[in-house]
Amino acid sequence: MEYIDLHAHMVSRTTDDYRAMAMTGCVAVTEPAFWAGYDRPGVDAFRDYFSRLTDFEPKRAATYGVAHFTWMCLNPKEAEDREMTRRVLEIIPEFLEKPNVLGIGEIGLNRVTRNELAGFNDHVDLAMEHDQLIHIHTPHLEDKWKGTKVIVETLADDPRITPHRVMVDHAEEHTVDMILDNGFWTGLTLYPITKVTPGRAIDVIEIRGPERICVAAACDWGESRPTAVPEFIMEMRRRGHPDSLIRKVVYENPLEFLSQSPKFHVPDREGVVAV
Amino acid sequence: MGAHTGTSPLTQRELIDEYFMEERVKVIDLAAFLDRLDRARELDAENDFRLRSIRDALAVLAGDEGGRVQRVQMIFSDPRSELLEELDQKGAKGAYDPEA
Repeated sequence: MEYIDLHAHMVSRTTDDYRAMAMTGCVAVTEPAFWAGYDRPGVDAFRDYFSRLTDFEPKRAATYGVAHFTWMCLNPKEAEDREMTRRVLEIIPEFLEKPNVLGIGEIGLNRVTRNELAGFNDHVDLAMEHDQLIHIHTPHLEDKWKGTKVIVETLADDPRITPHRVMVDHAEEHTVDMILDNGFWTGLTLYPITKVTPGRAIDVIEIRGPERICVAAACDWGESRPTAVPEFIMEMRRRGHPDSLIRKVVYENPLEFLSQSPKFHVPDREGVVAV
Repeated sequence: MGAHTGTSPLTQRELIDEYFMEERVKVIDLAAFLDRLDRARELDAENDFRLRSIRDALAVLAGDEGGRVQRVQMIFSDPRSELLEELDQKGAKGAYDPEA
């Protein structure tokens, strides 16, 4: 079954992973900017990273017929440094013009500090100024509930925000209601340990229904599975769900959200992918 | 999310037939982990906040009331909404420590 993985940190993955994803039905990935596992030493490191996301990665993905799109930001793990945040925000607009950039992301919160929230609001302002979609990272583990609550309340109080143009990602059972009930899109991240398993993601979809819910591998430099979405597809079938419902979650829903950017498209299967 | 009866397309019998072995091993693994803690070379973390959260979660699992997964998630969660004044640590630990 064809699928769109709207959260995959492919700079951390091998070309073999692109190949495995393509062979299991992946037609497009979107790659939010994120933390490298260490703090970048300066704005030039961000420029180099953004250049890779907008030049090398789409070419590497195209080798296997996968369309590659990306999102720009300084991620919340590095947002405690306000000066660095300001300097990175200055260079982002030039990348927003690139043909594979869909919006601002993955912004959000990590430990839910004052500076992280200030950086989050700076990025929201930038998205509004440039009429961009927003992709949001919610915190990990014990910080997820409070971080999601602060993010949702901040955006709900902002009259400039159109919830349908915002993806609040990494939802789990205790945060999905507050995200969907406020009109946002959400994502369930299929991780082996720290987020949700395919089985628990299916529980959420059975209870809430499939509207405005996507699933993604969010594969990165940590333990994660680039083919988590096809594993989810297999588990959905095992749980007795029809392919029409599965396709809605893994293809039609991300297509609907991402197509709010005029740049997004899936590959033309009659020819070569060109981003 | 509450109990939401009837939202699973599979019957209880079908769910048990299909998934019992996978769930059985998770329970046995947890039992073995708790025994391993008892056998540790030094008993130096009997009141560790992470271990307390597991014991609290097990009490939820042992009950008949639904909504278990949300209640367990909140046992592991920081229930506060206040912002931290500054970054104290880069990563999360998996459970909330009220004494930190």
